[in-house]
Amino acid sequence: MTATSSIRALGLWKYFGHFAALRGLDLDLAEGRFLTIFGPNGAGKTTLIKVLSTQIGASEGSVLVGGVDLAKDAGAVRRRIGVISHNTYLYPQLTAYENLAFYGKMYGVGDLRDRALTLLEEVGLVGRMEDRVATYSRGMQQRLSIARALLHEPDIMFLDEPYTGLDQHASRMLRDVLATLHTGCRTIILTTHSIEQGLEMCDEVAIQVKGRMVYRQPIGAVDRTTFEQTYFDYVGKEFRWDS
Amino acid sequence: MGLLSRAWTIAQKDIVSELRTRETVISMLLFGFLVILIFNFGIEPGLREENLVMPGVLWAAFTFAGILGLNRSFTAEKENDCLQGLLLCPVDRSVIYLGKFIGNFVFTFIMGMFVFMFFSILYNVDIVSVLLPMTLIIILATVGFSSVGTLFSSVSVGLKARDVLLSILLFPVIVPVVLAAAKASSRVLDGKGLAAAGMWLGLLLVYDVIFLAISVMVFDYTVEE
Repeated sequence: MTATSSIRALGLWKYFGHFAALRGLDLDLAEGRFLTIFGPNGAGKTTLIKVLSTQIGASEGSVLVGGVDLAKDAGAVRRRIGVISHNTYLYPQLTAYENLAFYGKMYGVGDLRDRALTLLEEVGLVGRMEDRVATYSRGMQQRLSIARALLHEPDIMFLDEPYTGLDQHASRMLRDVLATLHTGCRTIILTTHSIEQGLEMCDEVAIQVKGRMVYRQPIGAVDRTTFEQTYFDYVGKEFRWDS
Repeated sequence: MGLLSRAWTIAQKDIVSELRTRETVISMLLFGFLVILIFNFGIEPGLREENLVMPGVLWAAFTFAGILGLNRSFTAEKENDCLQGLLLCPVDRSVIYLGKFIGNFVFTFIMGMFVFMFFSILYNVDIVSVLLPMTLIIILATVGFSSVGTLFSSVSVGLKARDVLLSILLFPVIVPVVLAAAKASSRVLDGKGLAAAGMWLGLLLVYDVIFLAISVMVFDYTVEE
């Protein structure tokens, strides 16, 4: 473990029945680093994010997030992490402000009104904060979801396919938010299918296939053409194995 | 914020959502009214055994309508995967259980009181003389029903046949609640007063305490994937 490890997973296995979604996966990510994980469908990317973010427990292996053992104090980890997924975790019958107020109370956020208004301003929804989320477009809901995830000022962010279903405006906004988060020295793990969006601002890049990390490099050492070839080699092999 | 205030925040969120859609309570009420109305068609007015049948009708309506509400309780949390959002909050799982329990209690109690009033009109019950004891019985029965119901609702929410499964899981466990509530109501509706229903009220109280405690303890395991 490096002295500044923010996330460290060792020998992670996750079974769903007899199916192993994670197969002895190891991961070590230093504080303030931005790691993008690529991989085909069924590679276990979402499972990895769910395990690291305490949403599900690992079947075997250990995870330290911010130096805290998930098995011992998941609550302490939850206070430090923010999760943005393709699901927004927003209540459609509540307004944007009510959603943020609800999650803010659950996280014990101080000066909640000011914090919520600041975030709503940042994601460009302050003008519609009294409207029910059910009336929002997919892009607007995802922008609000970003505000929800940042409400308690987490220093570790997990983003699981956050670009799914977003229009260009919302994608650009998400990229801006990610850039701001990254300059703020947060540790970030992003999973995505999009090479374009994934390579944009990360420090390290990895490929996950069949529940294992099969490739990991600092972004400086990655040549895009070679990486694309490597990516499709792994994904291609994966398809050939299955067939 | 303490444990109870966070639980109340969750319940408040459910109540506000319900006030805007009115989906759960309205469908519970309609179902409860229908059950009472249909039973009323089958029971001859002035029948000697009418007093024996009446509490059964009331609690059958309460149970069926209540299950309808419980089915919706966690289904609402599945929309946009809100349950995961809740589970990500740095609170003990028991807080989430208590919040959902309070919400279910409120909806079921409102349904129970309205169904009882409708029942009183159809069966010529002197509502003024039995309102207080019947309210107490409905409160105790609702606590027991909602405590177990909230737990089983969280178990069945991820399954395809959740409506059927919830009924199958719940009915055997809530038999003591329905039995005690029907027996206690029978005494009260006969004009014997609450004192005559003491044993059954005691049973309800013990059931409430035991099952609420058990549900708080095991909820954590039911929401694990």
